[in-house]
Amino acid sequence: MEIPYAVRARPDTGLYNAKIGIWLFLASEVMLFGALFSSYILLRVNADPGTWPLHLLNVRLGALNTLVLILSSVMVVFGWASLKMNDFRAYKRYQGITLLCALAFLGVKSFEYRDKFNHYEVQLKNGAICDGHVDRANKDTNVFAFEAARMVTNHAELMLPPAADAKLEEVKIPMSEIKDRADGKGKEIENYGPWHSSYLAIYFVLTGLHALHVIGGAIVIFAIWGPLSGLWKTDPERYINRVEVSGLFWHFVDLIWIFLFPVLYLL
Amino acid sequence: MQDTSHAPEAHHETLGFWRKHIFSTDHKVIGLQYGITALLFMLFGFCLMLLMRWQLGHSGQAVPVIGHLLLKLHGPDMISADKSGTIGVISSDLYNSYGAMHGTIMVFLAIVPLAFGAFGNFVTPLQIGAPDMAFPRLNMASYQFYVVGGLIMLASFFIPGGAAKSGWTSYSPLATVSDLHRPNGQTFWLIGMVCLINSSLLGAVNFISTIVQLRAKGLTWMRLPFFVWAQFVTAFLLLLAFPPLEAAGVLQLADNLLGTSFFLPTGLVVSGAALHVSGGGSPLLWQHLFWFLAHPEVYVLVLPAMGIVTEIIANNTRKPIWGYRSMVYSALVIGFLSFIVWAHHMYLTGMGTKIATFFQTTTMMISIPSVIILTSLLISLWGASIRFTVPMLFALGFLPMFGIGGLTGLPLGFNVSDIYLHDTYYVIAHFHYIVAPGTIFALFAGIYYWYPKITGRFMNEFWGKVHFGLSFLFMNAIFLPMFKQGMDGMSRRMYDGGLTYAAVPAAAGSPAIPGLSSFVLFLNKPILWAAVCLGLAQIPFIINLFWSIRHGRKAGSDNPWDATTLEWQTPTPPPHGNFAKPMEVFRGPYEYSVPGQARDFTPQNEPDAAQTLTHGNPLRS
Repeated sequence: MEIPYAVRARPDTGLYNAKIGIWLFLASEVMLFGALFSSYILLRVNADPGTWPLHLLNVRLGALNTLVLILSSVMVVFGWASLKMNDFRAYKRYQGITLLCALAFLGVKSFEYRDKFNHYEVQLKNGAICDGHVDRANKDTNVFAFEAARMVTNHAELMLPPAADAKLEEVKIPMSEIKDRADGKGKEIENYGPWHSSYLAIYFVLTGLHALHVIGGAIVIFAIWGPLSGLWKTDPERYINRVEVSGLFWHFVDLIWIFLFPVLYLL
Repeated sequence: MQDTSHAPEAHHETLGFWRKHIFSTDHKVIGLQYGITALLFMLFGFCLMLLMRWQLGHSGQAVPVIGHLLLKLHGPDMISADKSGTIGVISSDLYNSYGAMHGTIMVFLAIVPLAFGAFGNFVTPLQIGAPDMAFPRLNMASYQFYVVGGLIMLASFFIPGGAAKSGWTSYSPLATVSDLHRPNGQTFWLIGMVCLINSSLLGAVNFISTIVQLRAKGLTWMRLPFFVWAQFVTAFLLLLAFPPLEAAGVLQLADNLLGTSFFLPTGLVVSGAALHVSGGGSPLLWQHLFWFLAHPEVYVLVLPAMGIVTEIIANNTRKPIWGYRSMVYSALVIGFLSFIVWAHHMYLTGMGTKIATFFQTTTMMISIPSVIILTSLLISLWGASIRFTVPMLFALGFLPMFGIGGLTGLPLGFNVSDIYLHDTYYVIAHFHYIVAPGTIFALFAGIYYWYPKITGRFMNEFWGKVHFGLSFLFMNAIFLPMFKQGMDGMSRRMYDGGLTYAAVPAAAGSPAIPGLSSFVLFLNKPILWAAVCLGLAQIPFIINLFWSIRHGRKAGSDNPWDATTLEWQTPTPPPHGNFAKPMEVFRGPYEYSVPGQARDFTPQNEPDAAQTLTHGNPLRS
């Protein structure tokens, strides 16, 4: 038994099955990310004054990742077009660059995540707040050591990044000077994980879900590019369809980032 | 699927037991898998409801017979002894778990998989003349996701703290703070839901692709049976409405496990202590995301039922469906409008009167296409010589039951009356009339109707009629009194069946306290016994379902109901690949009693007389 229009387009719809399938899937993805972007808007609009941080993320790294993804999308198209022109080696080359771009993107992203998990806010008993990157090399359990930190007197000051000329310095805070938590479970020491604020929560969920899409897309593209590429010899038409459909997904993942970058890094 | 060198039969025989029955990619096998699993879940959800009704009717008394079994299953935290020392009193936490899981199981694991997964899978490709679904392996994956999601839901009963207990709506912040175990029943609920959402997502993509791409030659859009249209719109609802709930589920999962505050407002106090969270979240956000799914979900429950009923009414009235085109357009309008009515579930949340007015307007608008469909079906009965077969009885039962459910929904759609009726038993009665005697009757009708195509035999007619009569009686005995209870103000979520708010007559020195009358509280008891009887009334159906596989009356032909649609023009049961040769369609779906024809039905694949001449292939029997 053969499913009709699995490879060739149906004349009246102009589509083969997988192509309509992927577009429908992308429609549902639009609703998924649409709901998350709506949540972002609602959380931000409802945020109390002085609780929404601005310019917390490194715009240069974000811009770099944007360029990396755009490059990868261009490469996907070049790869697909090469196959259409029957140039399998060029396809291998272009799609190889796509995969490298995916790795580069994930590398930059994990560097940014690590940066946030090393970023700590510590509340002192005297009411001041010390905020900065932790010194992981410090083994002294009686002090909390920062590599580079600033002292502020209230939380709202942390919503803007330190001024360009601000001096960040090494700080060691004795544990005894750190405020106890109200519920008695340890000290008021918290890093910039998703639990730290609504902004970071939605940042991690949005970029985390996006990163999962990048990983999934890259695995599929790699599988078609490598282990499953024998299909090119036996059924080239079907093979090109696979490249096209995975490419459509990849463009969508790229497009999501095009929205994520301004929303999370610039606004 | 890529292997075309074998004939269909040869290919069929090479499959072993596991590939043929468990990991099958054949839409008919997957449809049956969905059907059997969903029926089991429905029975399970029904049993949860029986336990709840016992608690409501006999608050504080031990559940008879199975008290010790419940103690073994749920442990001493959940099951205690009553005053006389009998084991088996359900704790309030366990009652809440039963309530939340009854709703979840009935909606997501029983009705939708049965209406969409089972009937959609089995019937749709046959009705459009397709050899299978467009993506057979995705279809298998869809069923597997469903099973995994269902098992996770079931497993949650046995973890510390028990299953989710914040209602099937899982409102935050209650869902995050009601059980402080981590992971808890709510965590399982959310992970289970993500599996179920992925399952229906794969199903929806597959259904739409199949209906768009694999229609037989000549089967234009306005020649599609209404059942296919209903599945088509349903698939779009699932495709576009479910992802926001998936997003909401991910956010609530983060709230529960990572300590984020998406739905937790600043300054939340739990058990007298401020919660250590960053705050700044919005409980309303959860409700918006949840109801953005859950209102279209109502139409996911209803549209396939309407599709089944339409097929059966056309077949048993031996007449074309009245207003087929208006029904199709109505289904499309329902599909569109169902995305902009969700906040009528939220009139009491303080979201603002302007927003409430908007949603009140759209809610009134969506009743119009629903009424058009129901009216068309009613008018289709006019002047027909109706064959009162078992499927037809259930289909006829659907019409007034759905009518009652729909009309009693109007006061809930109006802002003003909803403020009074919100969260009372009136709401319970309203939506159960839609889903239980409504949709479930349609599903029963479908089972009795397509059974001969699946097995080659009819289900027993007499026991089918007994099943219908008793179910009809007891369904109404359960739900009709609830309207009264709700209008008297009984809240739907009370563990003791309303005793807390019982009226107290005046006594020496103290005035009377107004509250629920003793009659309204008494109604809990007949409702319990009607529910037990409804359960007993399903026994003939269950026996009939299995007994008829081997012993039922033989169907005698591939088209025992003299039907017009394509699923009856294949061998019985349909082989792998469905049709002996490619189908071609020449006419609309309901050409019954066409004047001038020899028989009172003309199958869709039968050419016109003029075309017969050119084809030289008259398909007369």
